[in-house]
Amino acid sequence: MSVESLIALIPALPLVGFLFAVLVGPRIDRIPAHGHDAHGGDHSDDHAGHSGHGGESHDAHEEVDESSFRTIPSEEEQRATSPHAGHADDLANSNGADGVIPGDMNDGRGQVGHVVEGGARPRYRSWWVPTALVAATWAISMVVFVNVVFGGNKYHVSLYEWIGSGTFHVQIAFLVDGLTAMLLLVVSTVGLLVHVYSIGYMNGDRGLWRFFAYLNLFMFSMLLLILGDNFLMLYVGWEAVGLCSYALIGFWYKKPSAAGAAKKAFVVNRVGDFGFGLGIMAIWTALGTLQFDQVFARIGTLDPGMITLIALLLFAGAVGKSAQFPLHVWLPDAMEGPTPVSALIHAATMVNAGVYMVARANPIFAHSPAAMWVVASIGVFTAIFAAAIALTQNDIKKVLAYSTVSQLAYMFFALGIGAWVAAIFHLVSHGFFKGLLFMGSGSVIHGASGEQDMRFMGGLRARMRWTYWTMVIGSLALAGIPILAGFFSKDEILGEAFGRGYYLFWAVGLVVAFMTAFYTFRMIYLTFHGSWRGPRDAWAHVHESAPTMVVPLVILAVPTVLVGLLLGLPPDAGAIHTWLADVFRGAEGLGAGILPGSIAAGAHEGFTFLGLGGLLLLLGATAGTAGIWLAYRWYVRDPDAPARFVAAMPFGLGPGMYAASLNKYYVDDLYGLVWARGGVLVANLLWWFDAKVIDGAVNGAGWIAQRLGGLLRRSQTGRVQNYGLGMAAGLVVVLVAYLVFRA
Amino acid sequence: MGLQGYLLVSAILFGIGMFGFLARRNAILMLISIELMLNAVNLSLVAFNAYHYNGPNNAGAIFALLVMAVAAAEATVGLALVIAIIRTRQTPEVDEYSDLKE
Repeated sequence: MSVESLIALIPALPLVGFLFAVLVGPRIDRIPAHGHDAHGGDHSDDHAGHSGHGGESHDAHEEVDESSFRTIPSEEEQRATSPHAGHADDLANSNGADGVIPGDMNDGRGQVGHVVEGGARPRYRSWWVPTALVAATWAISMVVFVNVVFGGNKYHVSLYEWIGSGTFHVQIAFLVDGLTAMLLLVVSTVGLLVHVYSIGYMNGDRGLWRFFAYLNLFMFSMLLLILGDNFLMLYVGWEAVGLCSYALIGFWYKKPSAAGAAKKAFVVNRVGDFGFGLGIMAIWTALGTLQFDQVFARIGTLDPGMITLIALLLFAGAVGKSAQFPLHVWLPDAMEGPTPVSALIHAATMVNAGVYMVARANPIFAHSPAAMWVVASIGVFTAIFAAAIALTQNDIKKVLAYSTVSQLAYMFFALGIGAWVAAIFHLVSHGFFKGLLFMGSGSVIHGASGEQDMRFMGGLRARMRWTYWTMVIGSLALAGIPILAGFFSKDEILGEAFGRGYYLFWAVGLVVAFMTAFYTFRMIYLTFHGSWRGPRDAWAHVHESAPTMVVPLVILAVPTVLVGLLLGLPPDAGAIHTWLADVFRGAEGLGAGILPGSIAAGAHEGFTFLGLGGLLLLLGATAGTAGIWLAYRWYVRDPDAPARFVAAMPFGLGPGMYAASLNKYYVDDLYGLVWARGGVLVANLLWWFDAKVIDGAVNGAGWIAQRLGGLLRRSQTGRVQNYGLGMAAGLVVVLVAYLVFRA
Repeated sequence: MGLQGYLLVSAILFGIGMFGFLARRNAILMLISIELMLNAVNLSLVAFNAYHYNGPNNAGAIFALLVMAVAAAEATVGLALVIAIIRTRQTPEVDEYSDLKE
């Protein structure tokens, strides 16, 4: 079979997996259609002792037959019985961590099934077909990847015309070039590993079939997104991954915080997607086509203002999907979803869609210096902004979430200065090591009985060796320590920034690199070093996770170590530059070095180890090392140091700054005030207008008709002769009028 | 006697009919008056047809036939109603039929 015919299979297989999981999954797992649980009898002794269902009245209407579950404490009960109920204040979104919910039979309800005392956990099997199909997708993707990257091929496969309406034509067609191949590598590899990981992580969850259905639908959508050869297919994939993201964040839909986070992610993304949709419409209006090669060939003929408008509208979509300031608020909340989802969607793949889209549309952006300036500025600002929040977060997944926002911002920063290849390089390496870190954090949460607050962890190194070492590798990569993936990609971005003359951006990037290393190793030290600070009985349960969870970690550690060496050497001219040369050729020639005071691409000197380049590499590595060293000083050697540092800040600013960072610079509160409260205010105004003005007009019309009718009613005398006289009089009037006016 | 003569007769017939309709209280007589007015109109239609119409198919005369058909139908329905009312009210006087007034 030729490679071309295989390409269409790449998105098709996960779609089949989705359909299979939806249609057959519940039968495989014997999940009754209407919640009457076939296993009820198996657990009768489990709930025999729980007669007090006091807090559960709100559950009474739910479709699931309550009696077949173990009693699960309501939220209030969880807080009351939680060993550390007091710290719920700043963890409003993480009540899943407040109590360990017995894991089995908790479809849609909450934490993963760890700590199940007594009784065998039901073994759900509906994962295997979806996982096998994703494995096949991975294999095909690798074939395509090798053919594109090493064979130097470029595939353009057109299946059929999807929309043909007047002059509007859209094909279902796939485009695989170097850029798509890089994304294929990340999406299919991390996707497959997350599937395997989920088998262990979601073990015992009644909603397993639902989970794998969503995961496969996500894989389909994401692959459609990166494979499509026109903006409309990109948009369809874009919206579909957003839908899957919504469904998976809210996977445990009975947890109010998860349902709320899902809603928030969907709504915030909608803001950006609205701009994206408008951008696509603008492209069609201006050029009459949506196909990438045609759009990019003709974009230069447009008015510069129009190009800037299109670029900024497209970028609005990227800001939403890739969680950049000011639309970054949804990503940290999205951590309410199961951890495999955080690893796959909210770290390694979907959030990269914005970066991919801007990179794909590089000819459009390269034509507009203003848009490039916006991309770079938002990138630099978000990078340091999110890193500054990650410094103080206590929830392990929140640290990683803000780290993701910050690293994505790094990519936008690279795109904005015209360092296209460096951005994609960072995308690939970040996809691997951040996926690894998230899966590691899931393993930690699993081992720590559902605890997500790092203040109640510690010392896990002793019992979770595999998780510890793989996470250390991922963290070293994130911190930018030499020879690991993040070192090469991050320092390539910094090197390009410096080389092209963006000295301020370079300096900020260096500071962010330092902060990144610091918060990453703060996480490692709080989690794995020191001694256990959680409840004592939970320590007894701390254990290494199942092989299905550990093996993906180990596998992901391999590219985390090797990707930088393989793709990034020598810096500035590594293999990835060759692979992506075609994609960015036009933009490199056109738009690099367009910010004020910058130097055009090619004008700066090539990389030299014993010159400026080497010095910059050294500086980058030093920043990372310094961050790790500081984290070590503060969180291992001298735990009181952070408090002293805060106290020592000049003008007593320390506590305020700490609170601001801990509270995410109050952006959520601001949005709550402006959009939520403001929305209610506007709604009230509109309601008043509706009730008083509109309803007033409608009622007024009725009132007037009633009064007029009252007047006319008097003419109804009931005497036929009167009516007849009226008719005769009318006839006379008509005749007279005719005679008078006929002239 | 030209067209005017016919129109004069038609106008007189119409005036008589209208007077009868307005002045009489008896429902049956009122119906007869209506018929008179209809026939006055018929007469003028036929007259106009004879004097002024040059078309191929005597439209005025055919229109008069139509009016007759309608008049017959109207008389049937009207008489049936009047008889039904007389049976319940025991009177043909329309002054008594005022239940639907305001």
